[in-house]
Amino acid sequence: MKSLRLYAILYLIFLYAPIALLPIFAFNDGTVIAFPLKGFTLEWFKELLTIPALHAAVLNSLIIAVSSALIATCLGICAARAGTRFAFPGKKGILGLIMLPLVLPEIIVAVSLLVVLLQLGLPLGSWTVVLGHVLMCTPFSIAILNSAFQSLDVSLEEAAIDLGETRWSSFRLITLPLVMPGIISSLLIAFTISLDEFIIAFFLTGTNPTLPVYIWGQLRFPQKIPVIMALGTILVLASVILLAIAEYFRRRGVARTGQADAGGFL
Amino acid sequence: MKDTLGVERPIIALENVEKYYGEYYALRGISAEIRQGEFFSLLGPSGCGKTTLLRTIAGFEELSGGRLTIDGKDMKRVPANVRPTNMVFQSYAIFPHLTVAENVGFGLRREPLSRDEKARKVAEALEMVGLRGYGARAAHALSGGQRQRVALARALILEPKVLLLDEPLSALDKKMREQMQTELRRLQRQVGITFILVTHDQEEALIMSDRIAVMFEGQIAQLDTPQQLYRRPNTRQVGEFIGVMNFLPATATVSDETHIEVEAAGLGRAVIAPDQLPGGWHPGQTQSVGIRPETMSILFPGETTDRRVAIGTVEDLSYYGDMTYYVVRLDGVDRPMTISMKNLVGRPVLDRGTEARVAWDARSLVLFA
Amino acid sequence: MIASETGSGAIPMIKLKINIKIKAWPRLGRSEAAQGYFLVAPPFLYALLLLAAPLAAIVLFSFWTQDYLTLDTTLTLKNYREALSDPLYGELLLRSLVISLAVTAATVLTAFPIAYFISFSVPPSRKSMWIFLITIPFWSSYLMRVFLWKVILGYNGVLNTTLTGLGIIDEPLSFILYNANAVVITLAHAYAPFAILPIYVALEKIDRSLLEASRDLGESRVMTFLRVTLPLAMPGVVAAVLIVFIPTIGDYVTPRLVGGPNGLMIANMIQTQFLKLNNAPMGAALAVLAMAMVTAVSLVFLFLNRRYLKGQK
Repeated sequence: MKSLRLYAILYLIFLYAPIALLPIFAFNDGTVIAFPLKGFTLEWFKELLTIPALHAAVLNSLIIAVSSALIATCLGICAARAGTRFAFPGKKGILGLIMLPLVLPEIIVAVSLLVVLLQLGLPLGSWTVVLGHVLMCTPFSIAILNSAFQSLDVSLEEAAIDLGETRWSSFRLITLPLVMPGIISSLLIAFTISLDEFIIAFFLTGTNPTLPVYIWGQLRFPQKIPVIMALGTILVLASVILLAIAEYFRRRGVARTGQADAGGFL
Repeated sequence: MKDTLGVERPIIALENVEKYYGEYYALRGISAEIRQGEFFSLLGPSGCGKTTLLRTIAGFEELSGGRLTIDGKDMKRVPANVRPTNMVFQSYAIFPHLTVAENVGFGLRREPLSRDEKARKVAEALEMVGLRGYGARAAHALSGGQRQRVALARALILEPKVLLLDEPLSALDKKMREQMQTELRRLQRQVGITFILVTHDQEEALIMSDRIAVMFEGQIAQLDTPQQLYRRPNTRQVGEFIGVMNFLPATATVSDETHIEVEAAGLGRAVIAPDQLPGGWHPGQTQSVGIRPETMSILFPGETTDRRVAIGTVEDLSYYGDMTYYVVRLDGVDRPMTISMKNLVGRPVLDRGTEARVAWDARSLVLFA
Repeated sequence: MIASETGSGAIPMIKLKINIKIKAWPRLGRSEAAQGYFLVAPPFLYALLLLAAPLAAIVLFSFWTQDYLTLDTTLTLKNYREALSDPLYGELLLRSLVISLAVTAATVLTAFPIAYFISFSVPPSRKSMWIFLITIPFWSSYLMRVFLWKVILGYNGVLNTTLTGLGIIDEPLSFILYNANAVVITLAHAYAPFAILPIYVALEKIDRSLLEASRDLGESRVMTFLRVTLPLAMPGVVAAVLIVFIPTIGDYVTPRLVGGPNGLMIANMIQTQFLKLNNAPMGAALAVLAMAMVTAVSLVFLFLNRRYLKGQK
């Protein structure tokens, strides 16, 4: 068992090695990304503030991520509730199609959407990226919301109806508050996925790039790398914070319905 | 609850109620009347349709056929939220995100009462179930017994005409269950509301109910008082389900209107009174008689009796302290029977393999088709 | 709640009340299946319009041809013939398959001990912390992570400068960047949580008394693992394999950044056909071939697994 623990620690080092480098070189006073380090600087972070194209990309990405998260979560609520509460013929096939993007190579989703949009003569833009991102985020939302809806006793809603509430008001008074932590964590996860997603954005974006597409463009220029490192540090930090919040809400949901904690996402 | 003519009217009337899911029949023609203020039980093995029937009365399942009236009103197209029934769910369905008081007062949201009046009603309801002062507690931190009390208070606060209880005691341990059985009875007498209890536990049904409907495969096999059900089961199935019953092959002949003669394997001939016969009986259909273990006794060596005596052998026994259960095979019978004996002072416990003289009465025989 | 009827005058009132309720809440009476369809309709229609229809369009497109900007909509197998006869495409498809299989094997084999460690050695109260630790890197920007591997593995990269600086090697290692090895390492890193989680879930489901029963019946630790733990963990391993294998075959970023000319994969060619060569039908044909390949390999794998599980009984 000791060797297994050692292996686990080495594995964690392997997992964290790349992102551990981010802050190291983000604060390194040198344009070449190599050891030994040259000294401490905040210059790369300051430079981030002076690039209008970057700011535009960030804003664009935020708008896309918020829209995608909202739409994906709404669709996710519908699918998760239908899947956990009702039995209907063809359920497996229908939910299978909705979950398909989880295992489909992203490039396939991207090119197939691109072909259809171009054939229909529709202009590419942020909204086409949203269309694609919703497709990618919905399965994740469903996976999170499924566990929220599943842990819900069916008789809770029946009890509310029995006590005089209508179907809708019992959903609003009982189900919604109980799955709210799941909804919030679904919003955060979908937001994070959309913010990071590159391939679909790369194919479907119009003239305004998203943040990952902007970064992709900068990777070709070696002198821009330290700035990208600084940007990456901020992004990782933001992701971790969002994720921690999502995890907090998920756990609160678990505690609220009073069941045992079965572990993390997915 | 009397109508204009002063005739007692049932609080719930079921007329040929049917429920099917596709090809599967859950309820096949249930007819029964449940009286105002009685403690009524639906008893049967799992899958017999008792829970479906309860949920039909509550309005969670729609009827596929037949008629259901509650307090004289047809319940067709009346949704669950406006029916004058409230339910205690098997899982109790306590809302985990609300406090005890919010749970109990949940149904008052739509009542035209002031805040103070609602708080007073909640306090009264909690008092009634023995949870005074628990109002501010978080619901998910309660024990099983407390959850059940909250569920009861929450359902009773709306003063329903009928309270429906879906296996409310099955999740509790034995001690707690016995305590709640007494308490539920007390509560029912106190509020005077009709209670309908679904249970698979025959002992629980016998202890608590005024009347019991025994259900098998979507039909009511017998609807009677606990005593009648135990003493005079209509069918072998009912006799077997409630308590323990021994069955012996038998034939019957009618000599005249008042004397029916039965010839039972191992016991011999006996004369039966007409009131021991099941309804609609005719002699040709009798194939067996049933007899309860405690209506027989094994005579210890030298003991005499003026009851009928049959001879057999003790095959096995289980000693319970207060009671001993003997497995006895009567001479000329294939299947052994169970006989229970109180362990009175001076009465010896017989060994395996000894001869048993079994004393019995013709009055305790029940005839079955 | 219906008020008790006290006189004949009250009856119409009550009826009215009930009718209003029914009209206002027609869904209360609706059948379960209808409610299910009603709810699932929005996400289903979305997936139908934006996933199923475009996928069908891609298949249709692959039978068309394009010459610069003119699209010829006559159905033909020309693209497929070209894709299968031109060694360039064939090599790319084969290489994608081999790299994906290598990534899958590497990821799942290295992930299994981690999942086993978390499930069996970590105390229950700290399990979710470990799972959280493992998922965090996955949520940081994929693009950044791949790029950072380039920084680590490069000729003048972190690994080489550190190793030469420590005197372990004299010359920078060159076999670790701009080739298939780099692609395998990077993708194995990117898909680690996808492999660990399903295996972990499967291991968690194993009733621990089964293992004790096996020991009790005279099996050693190793044999218990082989005869009880591994077969019961198989569904998780299968899920891990599929969830890693399927998306990696279509990966674009990794081969492009760390693969070099000999590490490029089919997705890069699909992108080139669509965005650079303006030959969307050829790109569509390659995409369909890639999907067909993924499906075929997945089915073979599922079939083998079923045979394996049957042999266990």
